[in-house]
Amino acid sequence: MNNDIFQGYKGDALKVLQQYKVRVWGTATIDTTRGVFEGTVLPRAENDDDQHIVIKIITGYNIGIDVTTIKTMKETGYKKANYKIPEKEFPITPGLPKVKLFGTGGTIASRLDYRTGAVIPAFSPGELYGAVPELADICNLETEKVFAVFSENMGGKQYVSLAKAIGAEIEKGVDGIVIGHGTDTLHHTGAALTFMCQNLPVPVVLVGSQRSSDRPSSDAALNLMHAMKAAGHSDIAEVMVCMFGPTSDEYGLLHKGTRVRKMHSSYRSTFRTIGDTPLAMISRKEITPIKKNYNHRRNDKKVKILPYFSDEVTMLYYSPGMKPDVLDAMVDAGYKGIIFVGTGLGHVNKELYPAIERAHARGVHMFMTLQTIWGYVQMFVYDTGRDMMAKGIIPAGNMLPEVAWVKLSWILGQTNDPEKVKEMMLTPVNDEITLREPYNGYLVYQGGVPEVEEFIKKVHK
Amino acid sequence: MQFDPKRNYEDSRKKTGYVPREKATREVYDKYGFMSGLEVHQQLLTREKLFCHCPAGIYNKSDDFNAELIRHMRPTLSELGEYDGTALMEFKTRKEIVYHINNENACTYEIDDTPPFPINRQALEIALEISLLSKLNIVGEVHITRKQYLDGSIPAGFQRTAILGVEGEVQLPHKKIRLIQLSIEEDSCREISDVGHRRVYKTDRLGMPLIETVTYPDCATPDEVKEACDYIRFLNRSTGKVRTGIGAARQDVNVSCKGGTRVEIKGVAHTKWIPGLTHNEMFRQWALLQIKKQLTKKVKDIAGWRVNTVEVVAGTLQKKELLPGNNKIVAINLPGFKGVLSHFTQPGKMFANELSDRLKVIACLEKPNMIHSEELEPLMDEATWDKIKKQLKAGINDAQFIIWGDEADIPTAIETVEERCKMAFDGVPPETRKSLEDGTTIFERVLPGADRMYPDTDSAPIPLQNEYIEELSANLPSDIINRYKQLKKWNVPEDTYTFIFSKNLFPLMERIIIDLQVSPRFLGNFLGHRLKFTLGQYQTAEGFKFTMLYPLFRFLKESGLREELALRMIPELVQHPKMEFDSILNAIKFKRYTMDEITDKIPILIDKFAEGKDTVSETDLINFVMGQLRNMALGNVEMKALSDAITGPRYMDK
Repeated sequence: MNNDIFQGYKGDALKVLQQYKVRVWGTATIDTTRGVFEGTVLPRAENDDDQHIVIKIITGYNIGIDVTTIKTMKETGYKKANYKIPEKEFPITPGLPKVKLFGTGGTIASRLDYRTGAVIPAFSPGELYGAVPELADICNLETEKVFAVFSENMGGKQYVSLAKAIGAEIEKGVDGIVIGHGTDTLHHTGAALTFMCQNLPVPVVLVGSQRSSDRPSSDAALNLMHAMKAAGHSDIAEVMVCMFGPTSDEYGLLHKGTRVRKMHSSYRSTFRTIGDTPLAMISRKEITPIKKNYNHRRNDKKVKILPYFSDEVTMLYYSPGMKPDVLDAMVDAGYKGIIFVGTGLGHVNKELYPAIERAHARGVHMFMTLQTIWGYVQMFVYDTGRDMMAKGIIPAGNMLPEVAWVKLSWILGQTNDPEKVKEMMLTPVNDEITLREPYNGYLVYQGGVPEVEEFIKKVHK
Repeated sequence: MQFDPKRNYEDSRKKTGYVPREKATREVYDKYGFMSGLEVHQQLLTREKLFCHCPAGIYNKSDDFNAELIRHMRPTLSELGEYDGTALMEFKTRKEIVYHINNENACTYEIDDTPPFPINRQALEIALEISLLSKLNIVGEVHITRKQYLDGSIPAGFQRTAILGVEGEVQLPHKKIRLIQLSIEEDSCREISDVGHRRVYKTDRLGMPLIETVTYPDCATPDEVKEACDYIRFLNRSTGKVRTGIGAARQDVNVSCKGGTRVEIKGVAHTKWIPGLTHNEMFRQWALLQIKKQLTKKVKDIAGWRVNTVEVVAGTLQKKELLPGNNKIVAINLPGFKGVLSHFTQPGKMFANELSDRLKVIACLEKPNMIHSEELEPLMDEATWDKIKKQLKAGINDAQFIIWGDEADIPTAIETVEERCKMAFDGVPPETRKSLEDGTTIFERVLPGADRMYPDTDSAPIPLQNEYIEELSANLPSDIINRYKQLKKWNVPEDTYTFIFSKNLFPLMERIIIDLQVSPRFLGNFLGHRLKFTLGQYQTAEGFKFTMLYPLFRFLKESGLREELALRMIPELVQHPKMEFDSILNAIKFKRYTMDEITDKIPILIDKFAEGKDTVSETDLINFVMGQLRNMALGNVEMKALSDAITGPRYMDK
């Protein structure tokens, strides 16, 4: 008997199944010291212990049987589950825009993975149409799986292949592009694609979901509809992140790829534009622009694809009392670019100065960003700031730390010339540094304050 | 002859054989093949909710909320790759679900914006104790499962639930009821309103720990269902670790008749409603089987049966109250359904209600937006009906249904009518039905299957070691059936048992009887009658606890007073639980008397009673004297001794 018959089982549990010749997906009667149990033996998640066998009982529930209590067991039948999202051919409707969906992994459409006990993505126009038939009213859809990685495993290699894929697709004359993406690093990818795909003629929309589509309250379907709508119908030809506005199933927001950040580990409304307003609100019915200035959709194909990325850039998140050996270690490890995430207006302690000088002497490019997330780096206010600038750290304005990391990586993929690097870093491609912060660019309300409570009650969260 | 819906209703009621419950004997239920089982829900008494740290049992009024949010539910695949029937139906309704959230009792977990915290161990332990008491086979590892609910009663769209044991039993005095399983689960939201496409819930109860005990369909009469339900509730309460009060225990009742289908009656709040509901459901199913027979005789091509529809021009319906405004009006022809629409189904209800109930739930179309050709009180004149029948090319054996509403809802409405009519050819559709106080039920949703289960990928399995289970087993309360037998042995009257079990007073009784030698029969009567009456009669003060009865009887014993004095003291104790027992005696103006001091009053009382009377009945005399001396005697002397004294030779010779 090969291992697949006992999917996921190991150690004692595997021995018991082998001893009684009971397979995964076999229906079994199990006599134990706690009584008799009947059900279908299910695969076991890899990281669970080897002391239990999982069965699905007739009422649909799963239970575990302790192998040490088993007196005897017998396979009485076999019924393998065929887990499949119903696939239907995606209908083509003349007159609707042509949208390409790139799959990268993530939870837009997913199914159970017994290996890990988690969910894995399912993906094809047919599967998507089976799960979200409304998509056919929005656009004519094509899909392509560019790669399949979890969001946290995305990196430079993936950004480069996505940028190239976008270039190729625009060349073919698509009306809009949607990229399905895990949410953890959605905003990193948003920034990377903004730098790599310049002068876009069509919208490129990144979308994910905070709740996997295996649950009825998932935000996946609505996010996907919003994203398709934005890609196919909106006039905004930029790299955008499209996710829930409120946690309610009401409308989505289109965020600039360079100004968006994931701000909550689990909320549906986790993505927020930082230091500015979002580009637009989007519902299934309409797109309501918020920002007046944006890059408009065009009929040409003159996109500039700049698929460069260096893996020699890292970040240093400062903590009080930090010792210079941390920075030294980064430099010794060969990093050519370091994004500092400093306190307040952009500070680190004096103890780091020798290490900063050493890094500068070695030609390491250093930029300062902020732990406060909101606001501008201002290194003239205090002496320490001026000291640091003198030692080679360049303030990066109100560029978000993650965006600065992405941008420096992208630049160092192209040049190593300090002046060129500095100029490119400080010249915004698309609002990664803005000249002004509007009064409504920083809104973090505090619960409990009467007028805030009144507002929360009136406006859907 | 003119078709008369009223006569048809009466005739079909007779043909169904309907008898009111008070006239139904066991033979009736045997004849119709009554079969019923239960799903008993019980909230557990824990400080916090099941998967988050919100306080449990803190309720708020419907208009008291801090935030509101909206969700739409979409069906998803089950673990075995199927869509659930209920799920698909509920998706058709396109409901907007609104949640009102109060910060005091709900956090981001309840609205599915934060993943679950580890399961509440206190709740798990209580549920395991009850599982052991229910003689269930305890699982080796608890697996949290998601059970889909698309009605919105849970914002996530699923309930986290887990099986703790399977195959158990509950012993009733004359029967054993087998149990299928017991699960621990999160309680759902409470509905505030449901109008059109908008349903509003509050989230205070959501997430509170709940158990569900599921029985096999072992009950053969409506009374037996109630008895089984009571016993399961008594068992739960015997732990002293479950919630009591309104909504703390609720049950779903499954019923079928011979040839019928399992139908689930949801949310029965009181066990006393069970007999009426199950009785009517048996006959509803029987009536549907009569309809099936009737239809299969009349309709030749069942597989090809379809409705046909025409759009009705506004203005055709003349009556003011029927004016549908800007709505779309559609007339539906139901071939072969004449006499079916007005066929009896439940007291005061007919087959047409089966259609209208479904239209409300599935198509969001409510009365008065519908009429049909067999209304008991016709709402439209014959001539208009004839015109519409002509448009529909209706035959003599057909029935018609007219609906109007928002154009977007009409296709679903037509589909719903056709679907339900097609089901009539098969008899009884599997459904969950909502119970009404009058003993009838209405359609709630399609009966969900095992397909709506999905493993909870957010939770790790929880192993239950043998040592832990053994430790729990060693500290369980005694079985209800053994308590029942003990009460019998003590000669406690049976009409007190329900109160004793439902308030879990048996352990207290046992202590009072053993430690303080109070007479069991007296104590049973005291609790089941006097205490029950007192609690109903007087405002119970905060702080009153049943456990205070132990010190009360100890006080009487230590003060050399008789136990009957508790009858007079209990109203004071219930209202003023902080009062000293001595003060209670003062409050009720109790004084100590010897037997002689009491009997000394007898001659005067006899004289007083006999005054101006020619003849004196001995019984009346004794009652009068006892009545006058009762308060003096109670607690001081045995009442029997006093009445013996009155009837004794010393006084009665006069």
